[in-house]
Amino acid sequence: MAEIKYLSEHYAKPEYQTLDGYKKFGGYEMLAKALKMEPQKIIDEVKASGLRGRGGAGFATGVKWGFLPNNGEPRYLLCNADESEPGTFKDRVMMERAPHQLIEGMLISAFAIKSNKAYIYIRGEYMGPAAILEKAIAEAKAAGLIGKNILGAGFDCELDLYLGAGAYICGEETGMISSLEGLKGQPKLKPPFPAVQGYLRKPTIVNNVETLAAVVPIIRDGAAGYRKYGTEKSAGTKLFSISGNVNKPGTYEVPLGYPLMDLINIECGGLKPGRKLKAVVPGGSSAPVLTAEECKTATLDYECLAQLGSMLGSGAIIVIDDSNCMVDVLSTISHFYHHESCGQCTPCREGTGWMERIIHGIVHGHGSEGEVDLLLKIADNMKGRTICALSDAAALPVLSFVTKFRDEFEYFIREKKSKVRGGQIYAQISH
Amino acid sequence: MFKLSDEGLKYVKNELTRYEVKQSAIIRCLYRAQDENGGWVSPDVISHLSAVMEIPSAQIEEVATFYTMFNKTPVGKNHIQVCVTLTCGMLGGRELCDSMMKEAGCKKTGDVSPDGLFTFSKVECLGSCDTAPMIQINRDPYTENLNTEKGLELVRKLRTAGGAGASGKGH
Repeated sequence: MAEIKYLSEHYAKPEYQTLDGYKKFGGYEMLAKALKMEPQKIIDEVKASGLRGRGGAGFATGVKWGFLPNNGEPRYLLCNADESEPGTFKDRVMMERAPHQLIEGMLISAFAIKSNKAYIYIRGEYMGPAAILEKAIAEAKAAGLIGKNILGAGFDCELDLYLGAGAYICGEETGMISSLEGLKGQPKLKPPFPAVQGYLRKPTIVNNVETLAAVVPIIRDGAAGYRKYGTEKSAGTKLFSISGNVNKPGTYEVPLGYPLMDLINIECGGLKPGRKLKAVVPGGSSAPVLTAEECKTATLDYECLAQLGSMLGSGAIIVIDDSNCMVDVLSTISHFYHHESCGQCTPCREGTGWMERIIHGIVHGHGSEGEVDLLLKIADNMKGRTICALSDAAALPVLSFVTKFRDEFEYFIREKKSKVRGGQIYAQISH
Repeated sequence: MFKLSDEGLKYVKNELTRYEVKQSAIIRCLYRAQDENGGWVSPDVISHLSAVMEIPSAQIEEVATFYTMFNKTPVGKNHIQVCVTLTCGMLGGRELCDSMMKEAGCKKTGDVSPDGLFTFSKVECLGSCDTAPMIQINRDPYTENLNTEKGLELVRKLRTAGGAGASGKGH
């Protein structure tokens, strides 16, 4: 096994960004094929393919589509391009290199779920990809691929780009819907789930960029063809964003089930000379950290990482070598969640603040005995008690970092300095 | 008092009919007004938008204060947003921000440098971790693969360029 360019086959070709270039490699042929199929047949095919949401939750895409009620109400398709989970950048790469692949995937999906209006919700910072997408949307519109009677098949679908303005929480599907409605991006209680009551209280499907793009090859190769890659429960390939202490960070597409250490050592060229692996965050900052020992047996699929007590998440892998202080690394993560909590639910709003202040105190040499256990207690009280998963996402890294690297936290509190780099970490040298 | 340009007004009118509900236009109209107001959303930006869009000012203010990309205080011509989360934090983003700030003459984040050219913010993950440490200047495409030396050079270059801003487009 090795890197497989299934979705990303043509990403290296600059012309692939344009409509003509995309068409040269079979672009929009699958839309033409799909428009001749029964919508339900497409949903069945996606269900059979085993495609699971690539944004983080890993929910079965076809099953999600199946939740739409048959009540005659207008339906919306919303593409989640808010990509904000620390460590994740694969959707940006997809939108920059293959904007038409996303548009084609969205049009096929909209046809399957009988939606005539689709939005791409893109984070406000992504001005580069937003400009590329706007150009691609205009090209597709001019070519009659978006709008009325697409390819003469009698299917109407409008597609527009909606710009966020800097809020991690808008990546949560109900937060995104609030934002699209022109409100603060605060999540809503579920149920009702968006498929039943979403945007403007109408049935809405929210899917990640990579998920929607993957619908194109599923139509081309069929469910069985898609299942050629991956495992039984983790079908297909996935794009991984790898960053941190590796020689060749970047976006790599591998079949699910691929060994984590192979990706680090083969595709990413391993670690810098003389450095040793300390830990890996395997699925974005919310995913519990793995120790170097746990990484040895880790494969990149939903089941294996769940078994190891972590998750595949968005496929963002952050490689941490032995030059890093785990207390310092956690301090940036905890700062992030405190900053991004939307403030609705007390356990999250207050808990993220408490955790950040305690860790901030420790890295500045003001930690006191008992704070390690206090962190665990706070984190434990934040799980499963809020409207959305941000609170859990903030608690999980704290629980895993503190439990698996407890000696570094205790050392820091006792000695008022980091156990690594002779204590020379940012908080200690910046003042 | 802030007033949108004629072109800005046309933009807002168009945005108001672009979405299913008109309040969905608030974010893009705030960006537009922020750009025309030298990079920040002042209280009179909100009242002007409220009048033009016929949306209660509380609702516009709610959006302006919830999202981090709307600046609630004035910023320099180059608003330099340095990513400091996780990978960028590990690979020197925070140190980069401090050195660039010093070179630019800003004592802390949020300050406008005495020459009016710079403001720095430490921001959360910008989704470019493979090119860490990296920054975003105003709303331009990213400046990536930085180190202290390159960061300092960038500040000097922007200072020489004077008022133009990184892309010459302003905010």
